[in-house]
Amino acid sequence: MGMRRVAVVGAGMTRFVRRSLETGRELCWEAASKALESCELTIDQIDAVVAGTAPDAFDGVHMKSEWFSDGAGAWGKPFMRGYVGGGTGVFAPAQGWYHVASGLFDTCLVVCEEKMSPTQPHPQAAFNSIFDNFTERALGPNLLWIFALEMNAYMTRYGIKKEDIAQVAVKNKRNAADHPASLLGDRNITVQDILNSEVMAWPVQRLDVSPITDGAVAVVLAAEPVARRLTNKPVWVEGVGWALDTSYWTNRDLAYPTYVEEAARMAYKMAGITEPRKQINIAEPYDPFDYKELHHLEGLMLFPKGGAPQATSDGITQRTGDLPVCPSGGLLGVGNPIAAAGLMKIAELFWQLRGEAGARQVPGDPRRGVAQAWGDLMQVGTVVVMGK
Amino acid sequence: MRMKHLVYPTQGLHEDDFKQGKVLTETWHVKAEYAWDTGVAIGRYLAELKNGRLVGRKCLKCNRVLVPPRMFCELCFRPTDEWAPVQDTGTIKTFSLCYVRWDMVRLKEPEIPIVLDLDGASRGIGIMHKLGEADPKSVRIGMRVQAVWKPADEREGSINDIRYFKPI
Ligand SMILES: [Zn+2]
Repeated sequence: MGMRRVAVVGAGMTRFVRRSLETGRELCWEAASKALESCELTIDQIDAVVAGTAPDAFDGVHMKSEWFSDGAGAWGKPFMRGYVGGGTGVFAPAQGWYHVASGLFDTCLVVCEEKMSPTQPHPQAAFNSIFDNFTERALGPNLLWIFALEMNAYMTRYGIKKEDIAQVAVKNKRNAADHPASLLGDRNITVQDILNSEVMAWPVQRLDVSPITDGAVAVVLAAEPVARRLTNKPVWVEGVGWALDTSYWTNRDLAYPTYVEEAARMAYKMAGITEPRKQINIAEPYDPFDYKELHHLEGLMLFPKGGAPQATSDGITQRTGDLPVCPSGGLLGVGNPIAAAGLMKIAELFWQLRGEAGARQVPGDPRRGVAQAWGDLMQVGTVVVMGK
Repeated sequence: MRMKHLVYPTQGLHEDDFKQGKVLTETWHVKAEYAWDTGVAIGRYLAELKNGRLVGRKCLKCNRVLVPPRMFCELCFRPTDEWAPVQDTGTIKTFSLCYVRWDMVRLKEPEIPIVLDLDGASRGIGIMHKLGEADPKSVRIGMRVQAVWKPADEREGSINDIRYFKPI
């Protein structure tokens, strides 16, 4: 395609908390400055900034990315915000990638931030406007409805039990116990704890879903010659992909995420992946709900349709398994500051592939990972493949 | 570099900080009101609801009957061709039993959102609505349902002209 190779050379993040005292700007600055520090760059050496954040309505601030852009280091620089709802955190580095791959910039700082906590009494109030204004919003919908409807469709199609799905929440919350930024790490949590938690919108129970979270994550992208000067451990962006399904979400097959498959095919083609299950060593799929990890693993073509629950039961997706999935702890464990959570997955692959993930390090010598996020009206898939 | 150094600790607030009034809360009264245009397709859809009827649009190229109706087929990317009546009966594709309101206030009796395929629309072309007059324990995917309409003089051209669907 005539594109330059692009590497991730630095990453930083804030702790994910339920309600942070810091403003969005302050969170951005903390994450961005940590990312720069990690690759010993200063903001003057950054050519362009990409920011990602989900709905403006959480903060009650319109054009929120411009509002926090000073904290993201964008003052006086080419700046772009990408917004595909929950898919933003993996879309933003894809945008940063084409900024650098195109030859337009040598370095790009990607910053994703979310403060979900300001909306009172609950950020669901801010979410209701995603529904169609005439045919759906008038019914007084609850955001949980659409996920519960999807989870039920998935369970029913493949005869999956709640117990099978709860294992995902257990795995991720246990993994997160090793993450220094995590909100919900819990080494001792069990399937029974998940099944005993309060029913929100059956089949979704409280511990099936990630909580309201605040936080920020940043990564630094660099063109190959710059990357090689900065580090002897660059992690390459090998492929990016994104795809959108229809916003007539009730018209779709709710048991299979076609949008993820489309995005994955684009990213895999770019990365030269023909057999994902064999060629990918770590997966960080988007897991705001436990069933979504399973759904997305199937969309990423890492397991056959309806096959991800069994793979989870078999331990394949454990950190020590054949295909570690969300070794970070994911959104269910580290937390879910929406756009930041997606970029956290990119940061995790960066640390994992460099062997710098500490207690979370997957064994062996992982060479390639895939991160994925999902958003808008359950319709967008964003995928990034990274390798060393 | 160890990751611990790359994580800024942040400072979190606890529930008690809110109860004790340690958090500044500004209330902002949004004055915005929206005068939405219904558009051609949804305008007709809503007008027909007032008449106690459900309609879709048919694309003669892919041969789909689309509900909610639209003036274009997103698959063929061409205009849809004709109005197509659909029945007020259908089949539940998926459902939930929701025990919380949008503002997270708990409900004793769940709301039951459903996605249903209306008879006469193409298979898989579902709409979202709610189920009523149903024992939550008895709801099943595949259950047959029918619209419960408001009396004609109470209808106003809204999706709520159907109060809910009920099992048949
Ligand atoms: Zn068509």
